[in-house]
Amino acid sequence: MTAISNKPPLLSVRDLVVEFPTRRGTLRALDQVSFDIAEGEVLGMVGESGAGKSLTGAAIIGLLEPPGRIAGGEVWLRGERIDNLSVEKMRRIRGRRIGMVFQDPLTSLNPLYTVAEQLIETIRTHIDVSEKEARKRAIALLDRVGIPAAARRIDDYPHHFSGGMRQRVVIALALSAEPELVIADEPTTALDVSGQAQIIDVLKDICAERGASVMLITHDMGVIAETADRVAVLYAGRMAEIGPVRDVVQAAEHPYTAGLMGAIPTLTQTADRLTQIPGSMPRLNAIPQGCAFNPRCPRVFDRCRAERPELIARASGRHVACWLYETETENV
Amino acid sequence: MSDALLSVSGLTRRFDVSKPLLNRVIEREDRQFLTAAADVAFEIRRGETFALVGESGSGKSTIAKMIVGLLEPSEGEIRFDGKGMDFASGSAMRALRRRFQMIFQDPFASLNPRWRVGDIIAEPIRTFGLLRGAAIGAEVGRLLDLVGLSASDAEKFPHEFSGGQRQRIAIARALSSKPEFIVCDEPTSALDVSVQAQILNLMRDLQDEFGLTYLLISHDLSVVRHMSNRIGVLYLGRLVEVAEAKRLFTEPQHPYTQMLLAAVPDLALSGRRRTPVTGEIPNPINPPPGCAFHPRCPHVMDHCRTDAPASHPTASGEAACHLLAPSRAAAQTAQD
Repeated sequence: MTAISNKPPLLSVRDLVVEFPTRRGTLRALDQVSFDIAEGEVLGMVGESGAGKSLTGAAIIGLLEPPGRIAGGEVWLRGERIDNLSVEKMRRIRGRRIGMVFQDPLTSLNPLYTVAEQLIETIRTHIDVSEKEARKRAIALLDRVGIPAAARRIDDYPHHFSGGMRQRVVIALALSAEPELVIADEPTTALDVSGQAQIIDVLKDICAERGASVMLITHDMGVIAETADRVAVLYAGRMAEIGPVRDVVQAAEHPYTAGLMGAIPTLTQTADRLTQIPGSMPRLNAIPQGCAFNPRCPRVFDRCRAERPELIARASGRHVACWLYETETENV
Repeated sequence: MSDALLSVSGLTRRFDVSKPLLNRVIEREDRQFLTAAADVAFEIRRGETFALVGESGSGKSTIAKMIVGLLEPSEGEIRFDGKGMDFASGSAMRALRRRFQMIFQDPFASLNPRWRVGDIIAEPIRTFGLLRGAAIGAEVGRLLDLVGLSASDAEKFPHEFSGGQRQRIAIARALSSKPEFIVCDEPTSALDVSVQAQILNLMRDLQDEFGLTYLLISHDLSVVRHMSNRIGVLYLGRLVEVAEAKRLFTEPQHPYTQMLLAAVPDLALSGRRRTPVTGEIPNPINPPPGCAFHPRCPHVMDHCRTDAPASHPTASGEAACHLLAPSRAAAQTAQD
């Protein structure tokens, strides 16, 4: 596989299962999802609404909304198992070792406190420094994420900032305790196109400087294509394909990924019609037997309807959950 | 000019955002106006898709609302099929309204949750008295079939459908009065990509079948690139550039268009380092004097700060920028 994977991964997720017990039976929202994030790597996580992208992020940092719960699998952070920690221990990891950036910058900041208060509180909660030192660090961070006149603006309230600037503050907040991993859940979805590029660049550069890994959750393949090292594609709570971003985007192997890529209009294409995948993603209470994608798959065959495919390792270091590639692997 | 289905000229809309009278007196402030659209002029040809793009607050939706008659312009004229739109006359507006329809962004908000789908689609037919009795039901079935749903769906309520299916219902409703012109305000931005592809393909098929003319409002440049023939770029309520779709993406003329295009993340993986857009869209209540884009423009010159640029013709349209003024362009060529 790739050179990065010789070192033990920073984050390792194994067979993660998340369930929601309801009156009409248990819904399995994530079904045996496994992936690794290497040190300093940017892993993109894509999929349509309801595929389980955000849920994966929430499960890793222990912020699943009840009644959702982890019903199986393990999450390891640098060799330490974190999915079964107590609430108190998890709280110390969250923020300190794993930072978070959410979609809506307005709701992730407290409107009643100044940016300075929020940043200093976060820094002092996790790192043992004086108030003065914390403020100095906070100003340096704001300056780094590109807030003009940071020393003056730090005492402003969140509503004084525009959407793009607010998201920069959120990034500063997520990075304030120097975490090893940043989980960014749709960090640019609420912003205009012109602002998206700025925020993605800031996030990517600052994480690279500090050696932090990033799990970037988004439905925007363009953002993934330009930012991520590897990309994981989720479908109906299951991993469909994971691999180096260039391979997956340009030569998708899973029929779902291929359909998804064809469905995205690009700035250079000339085709008159977009490829369309018939139907829509199944609801959680009606996931078909076998491969979850089989009713919509253009290359479906008998086995797909009966047995669920495992992730199959492919030559290029990617993994695909599709029976089409089973025989080829056996031959190799 | 003859093939223009819709043309607007000098279209301006101001919103009064003044504080209440007492505050104005005490704080000694004047009335304040927000200019959402300023002197916008363009025309849409019969059978084409014209797109308006721009950032939030650039006036896209305000212009769309004025065109369908939901908002009255402060100044300027809208001509539909050669006739000026008369906001004062209810009957004239009503006659026009049958001929244009609108598809909104949020299919969860644009369908009445207490009406059956059949009634939602039949409402324009009943309102305009196009059909009577049993013929209405048959027509609703035909429309549902046309947008890829089944006739039996007419009995259901909107909540029984997914986002993509609801947008299909909204399209069926828009088609029910047999319009010539449809304004689509961000029709797919609430949808997932695979569903977006289905809706965009459907819109194209319907356009081919019925010869529809679309005004597409979107902030997604790749959707716009895919769907439209010509594109207008808005900045702070001003139309800065109009060009043929393909040309706009290969040879953007206005510095703002160039900046916007450079900022879009794309699947092409060309390896280019995106040029991030610098700065942010200014407050529309106090737009910068001269060219509204000058504080962010990399090519800003002295007179950009004082004189508003006029529109100058380009290869496939026009752009409002001092750089493109004939005298200036000639000087540039001489220098090169």
